[in-house]
Amino acid sequence: MEFSSPVLNYTLLSPMLILLGGAIIGVLVEAFMSKALRPITQLSVTLGSLVLALVQVWRIRNEKSLSAAMGSVVIDGPAVLMQASILIISLISVLLIADAQQFTALAAALPGSEEERHALQSGNQVTEVYPLTLFAVAGMMLFPVSSDLITLFVALEVLSLPLYLMAGLSRRRRLASQEAALKYFLLGAFSSAFFLFGAAFLYGYSSSITFTGIRNAVVGGGGNDVFLLIGIAFLSVGLLFKVGAVPFHAWSPDVYQGAPTPVTAFMAAATKVAAFGAMLRIYYTVFANAQWSWSPMLTIIAIITMVFGSLVAIAQRDVKRMLAYSSIAHAGFLLTGVIALNKAGLEASLFYLFAYGITTVGAFAIVTLVRDSAGEVTDLNRWKGLGKRSPWVAIAFATFLLSFAGIPLTSGFIGKFSIFSAAYESGATSVVIAGVLSSAIAAFFYVRVIVLMFFTDPIEDGTSVEIPSSLTSIAVIFSMIVTIALGVFPAPILDFISNLATFIR
Amino acid sequence: MNSLVLLMLLPIIGSIAVAATPKTKEVLSKQVALATTVIVAIATIAMAMNFQRDNVDLQFVEKYSWIPTFGINFSVGVDGLALVLILMSTILAPIVVLSGWNEAHGGRWSVKTFYILILVLETMMIGVFAATDVFLFYVIFEAMLIPVYFLIGGYGTGERSAAAVKFLIYSLFGGLLMLASIIALYVMSGAQGGHTFDLQALSQLEMSSTTQNFLFLGFFIAFAIKAPLWPLHTWLPDAASSATPGTSVLLLGVLDKVGTFGMIRYCLTLFPEASKTFTPLIMVLAVISIVYGAILAIGQKDLKRLIAFTSISHFGFITMGIFAMTSQGHSGATLYMFNHGFSTAALFIVGGWMIARRGSSTIADFGGLQRVTPVMAWSFFLAGMSSLALPGLSSFVSEFLVLVGTFTRYPVHAVIATFGIVLAALYILIPVQKALHGPTTPGNEGLSDLNLREKVAIAPVMAIIIALGFYPASLLNVINPASAHVIAQMGFTDPAPTNGDK
Repeated sequence: MEFSSPVLNYTLLSPMLILLGGAIIGVLVEAFMSKALRPITQLSVTLGSLVLALVQVWRIRNEKSLSAAMGSVVIDGPAVLMQASILIISLISVLLIADAQQFTALAAALPGSEEERHALQSGNQVTEVYPLTLFAVAGMMLFPVSSDLITLFVALEVLSLPLYLMAGLSRRRRLASQEAALKYFLLGAFSSAFFLFGAAFLYGYSSSITFTGIRNAVVGGGGNDVFLLIGIAFLSVGLLFKVGAVPFHAWSPDVYQGAPTPVTAFMAAATKVAAFGAMLRIYYTVFANAQWSWSPMLTIIAIITMVFGSLVAIAQRDVKRMLAYSSIAHAGFLLTGVIALNKAGLEASLFYLFAYGITTVGAFAIVTLVRDSAGEVTDLNRWKGLGKRSPWVAIAFATFLLSFAGIPLTSGFIGKFSIFSAAYESGATSVVIAGVLSSAIAAFFYVRVIVLMFFTDPIEDGTSVEIPSSLTSIAVIFSMIVTIALGVFPAPILDFISNLATFIR
Repeated sequence: MNSLVLLMLLPIIGSIAVAATPKTKEVLSKQVALATTVIVAIATIAMAMNFQRDNVDLQFVEKYSWIPTFGINFSVGVDGLALVLILMSTILAPIVVLSGWNEAHGGRWSVKTFYILILVLETMMIGVFAATDVFLFYVIFEAMLIPVYFLIGGYGTGERSAAAVKFLIYSLFGGLLMLASIIALYVMSGAQGGHTFDLQALSQLEMSSTTQNFLFLGFFIAFAIKAPLWPLHTWLPDAASSATPGTSVLLLGVLDKVGTFGMIRYCLTLFPEASKTFTPLIMVLAVISIVYGAILAIGQKDLKRLIAFTSISHFGFITMGIFAMTSQGHSGATLYMFNHGFSTAALFIVGGWMIARRGSSTIADFGGLQRVTPVMAWSFFLAGMSSLALPGLSSFVSEFLVLVGTFTRYPVHAVIATFGIVLAALYILIPVQKALHGPTTPGNEGLSDLNLREKVAIAPVMAIIIALGFYPASLLNVINPASAHVIAQMGFTDPAPTNGDK
């Protein structure tokens, strides 16, 4: 038997390699650097790697290749757009992660133990969150560009494992945070198992693990259709779990609430881009010809997801849980882009993912600012009168909420309009009607928060708004500018997306 | 200066100027706001002079590419209908600023913010009537909810935040239904020769009657909530009684007109067949609104709620005139929109002064104002007479035209609607009697009469009400060609008048 050495296109892979390299440097910094210099070094390494990777993605934006890594990685227009979105979202999330107040000094210590207290008092703050972030980002970058099932699974794990850990790093309410991490891990493990199970069936169906192979089998027909259906179903479960679609959403409110808020921001925004990126690629290329096997199922899931997310969000009294249910509703809206299965749907989804991601990070950035002496205040009742105490913070949060609600002149409106019109164009009228109605329901709870902030009087209970650090300010201001700019002048971005958004097969 | 876009820019520039004034100098920000609105009003009147009356095409057309990917343009233009409504909005704006000189003081936020919101709203009011791109119209239609929401919730009285939320949720719900219809139109235009939102192009679309019916409903429900038509009216009394008088004038006088304007501009133009299908139903709803609004108005104890219910009755008349599908009915409805703007403004403004002086909006708390504050009492009386359509005042002409226009095609509806006029006499004369006449209620002896600023503010409203009562032709000459054009496009001819001797 003869072995041929693998041929790798390093230019195309460089964004991911840069991130992995940065992550390894981060681990070394963590091990050998003196603790005084560690935080600033870690931050510089992380931001530096992300920026470098972004520059590299920009340079390869017009490349198209099925064989970046022996047929396991595909680089095309949508890949570039997804990777760029993930990087930009990660960049602003890292600005929030840089707030050491949010993270436990020593994650390995038992909650409430002597060891933990000692670590906190001595100022011996560990900064492992940075390399973990970079590993997760690298996994997210690989996820939507994988073109075989093994790489896809590896990417899924690379992105998930650091996130499980990061969810447990919160300094306040350590137990809730660890519970969130454990829950996320256990359910994530289940979904990974489903995913693998589906992959195995698809291999059984097509005797291939590459997307091209499976696609050819689907187009050619003749295989065992039961295997194909089971394969699609289980693979979908794994993917739907990651995007938080009903009925695989149960983890997200608890994890969103328990995880440190900067991590929640990162997770909510960037993971969605990665997971939907992979979904779009798989359904648009591999399963496109089996549309009637999955489209009805996804239609039902999309409708349930948006209606459920919007309805349950109304009952929430905690801002992080409310944003979690809102993100479930948005997962439903995004699924309409997958169902559309046309070029307009792909373009709309890519725009929506980017716009939604930026707005989400901005909204969570605001959540990190509202505090009392015991840390963040997430009880919505205590957000009363925020508009009086800190008008600019409240205005920023209101802008993000209006964008979530899809009010014109915000990015959320353009996203909703384009994704619904794509779905309507493909004939998915029922989803569009459900989407419009649940938008109306959703508007109710977004508006309720605006009422709380602006139209009720503050209660004096020690809740105050932290003066944002310069990094957090940058994150909020950037998110706000993008949210409004994409709502008022979306044309350049839409054109850019339109030029690139074609999957190669 | 014949540019609608420039006209839209003026209030924005004014709002930036207001924002630049120091927070402590409240009077300065009021003066800047007043100056801006006056300039806009003069500019609009100047434009209206250049309008060619007999030309039924859109005039002052401007078009800029906005989001080419979706075929969206920033395109504006006016016909007689839109011009009249823009004129009404921009004339009302300085009156609102001047009459409500002190009404921003009870608010949650600074006086400055109030005027910024008013000026931003003025830009949108011009834009919403001028837009000829359906997407642009929708964007402004929805976006203008935000300043109004903050105006009600931030500066109103009583249950202001609940009223603001009710208003917003109702409107958003209607807007989203309209969005679904707009998306469908957009997709169909893509299938029939390229994506566009141009109103003219969309009205040429071919679609099945079922599709047309559904899309019509999407638009119509949104407009019926705005207008508001029974049974979608419940947000209005709450919003109007919580908002400041000035905000109420803009809300009922201008924003609600977007609903009736939209019925003509969008429902009839885009879906002529569906409009005919639903006409019987809508005529019934309109008649119910007329009678229901009037009866409830009679029962109100609160002055602001009373005015709100009279408006529901009046919007019933306007809707009836629109869907009667005769040129008199249409002209009457358009003129009614204009006149209702001023008569409601007069009621709210004078009523607002009365309420501010007395510290209560309950009608029973007033009494004998005629003796104490004659000028204010006579102003309220005149405003009331205009509202009940006394001959010689502007509303009479429009109400008469609507009834005549309706009678030729729907005699039964017209006859029932006529009872609305009788009821109107009741709902106006009862509060007039209770508040103005009779012995002066204890505690009211010291009330002060209108000052110079207030007289200056109310004078133009009264002048317009009287002038248009005697010489409505000045406006009808602009409105008639546009109305005849719409009716002709729908394929209707006016039925021959019924001869009484037959």
